[in-house]
Amino acid sequence: MSALDTASAPVGRSDPGIGRPLARFSGFWKWLGVLPFFLFCALFLLAPIVTLTDGAFRAADGGYTLDNILALSSPNIVASYSLSIRLSLVSAALGTVTGLLLAYAIILGGLPAWVRPVFLTFSGVASNFAGVPLAFAFIATLGRLGLVTIVLREVFGFNLYATGFNLFSFWGLALTYLYFQMPLMLLVITPAMDGIRREWREAAESLGATRRQYWTMVALPLITPSVLGCFLLLFANAFGTLATVYALTGSNYSVVPIVLFQQIRGNVLYNPNLGYALALGMVAIMVVSNVLYMILRMRAERWHK
Amino acid sequence: MKKPFPWLSTLIVVLAALYFLVPLYATFQFSLQMKRGEWSLAAYESVFSSDVFLSTLAYSAVASLAAIVVGAALVAPTAYWVRLRLPKLRPVVEFVSLLPLIIPPVVLVFGHIRMFGSSSILPLTTTDGGTNFLLVSGYVVLSLPYMYRAVDNGMASIDIVTLTEAAESLGASRARTIMEVILPNVRSSIISGAFLTFSISLGEFVLASLLNRPAFGPYLVQIGQDRAYEPAALAVMTFALTWACMGLMQYFATRKPGQRVFPRLTLALSRNEAR
Repeated sequence: MSALDTASAPVGRSDPGIGRPLARFSGFWKWLGVLPFFLFCALFLLAPIVTLTDGAFRAADGGYTLDNILALSSPNIVASYSLSIRLSLVSAALGTVTGLLLAYAIILGGLPAWVRPVFLTFSGVASNFAGVPLAFAFIATLGRLGLVTIVLREVFGFNLYATGFNLFSFWGLALTYLYFQMPLMLLVITPAMDGIRREWREAAESLGATRRQYWTMVALPLITPSVLGCFLLLFANAFGTLATVYALTGSNYSVVPIVLFQQIRGNVLYNPNLGYALALGMVAIMVVSNVLYMILRMRAERWHK
Repeated sequence: MKKPFPWLSTLIVVLAALYFLVPLYATFQFSLQMKRGEWSLAAYESVFSSDVFLSTLAYSAVASLAAIVVGAALVAPTAYWVRLRLPKLRPVVEFVSLLPLIIPPVVLVFGHIRMFGSSSILPLTTTDGGTNFLLVSGYVVLSLPYMYRAVDNGMASIDIVTLTEAAESLGASRARTIMEVILPNVRSSIISGAFLTFSISLGEFVLASLLNRPAFGPYLVQIGQDRAYEPAALAVMTFALTWACMGLMQYFATRKPGQRVFPRLTLALSRNEAR
């Protein structure tokens, strides 16, 4: 019986395929089942990326060129990338350190058992609470009329904005990002923290290690690959953030996603193909940080088998 | 040996809780201050009395629901088929489904606009319907990693190969196997993926703004620029909605297959049927 016959045979009680159902749909026909998925992804996920990549290497007249890639080294674009990378590094570092401390406290810190699920559930929500509403929340908190700003001034006599702090600046953004970065860190580092076994500590202690020695020589080296991996994940997470920045600062704060957003709206770079190169640069940074994240995660998982 | 009180962990947890809760409280309090000298719900009334609020929210809700339907229809059969017949293809499908995490939304929509723009072979952006379709496709792509993981985890927790063999050896057709055996078993995973999709796309700003859609995200940004107290009220409502979505998602994600959503309700129904 040919593959065609089996596939087109009426499927029902009289079906000859009964008893060996997995033998039907062989050869070419079984690929038909995944066709819609791959067709959709090809059209709406892969093709746009290919289009952008191709456009990044083309001049306005359609010929191939490296000019767009070279134009990425112009001062204002380098400044954008530098700002984006610095902001993402700082917010990822803040998120990694605070998230790690929080994970330590709720998992190994000897607190009541109910603390852990409360924080993990809240983190599940908070790590998804990004974008425009998050910006509104921080304006109501740390803006010029925000609650914390006012309480600090009226109650403690401390004028936050006199110190040079501004919510709509680098550190303000970093502090706002922390609201989704710290929960994300907590969620992704928890498995690694759970993987730290009591036996390791007992073994270290029975060999005469102090608490400090145990942490610096045993526990931290073991979770370092996980921590670095999570740091990269947080970096990528911050790097792609657009809506939060836009709602806070409008289009004044020229991180790369904002520049690209403006470029799509109105060709502010005066070269459509430079937009492609800008997008390609973003994808390249995301690819590098995500690939490193995967490598580090695989390395980290060796200890958890 | 009595353990000493964990001062350090307590301090960390209290500081973290403050950082998380103070902005929520501040937003809530700010949203009540629209009328000078008293606390009122005026900001909420102002939001709800706006036609634009209702129309953009309705638009985004419909777009999100469409993305859920398309996403589920695309992912569930694929995850099933790959586990059943093409296990070697699983890493490929998994990889493709994770790709949207690497592509920033602004890059994705840029690609869409260039590919389906007015001078392309398939000019979707020239018509309203086409642009709506493009927006929904974008949301399907953005939620693909979450939808696929949810559904694939659901498939992993039941032995779909054995279930399929059992159903078919009892004479069920392929369609009947999928509709009456597989689907009920992974329904809760699909619903959990659906809530995540909903919470991602309801207030989404970048795609909606660049495709010029009258959606909730661009409306939020506009209100943020024009008003003082309404944004706080909207943030409170959005946060509550995110909580609801995530709560429902976790509920469905941890639910066992076959467990009923409303146990008493279905019990009453089945009694009626028996009568």
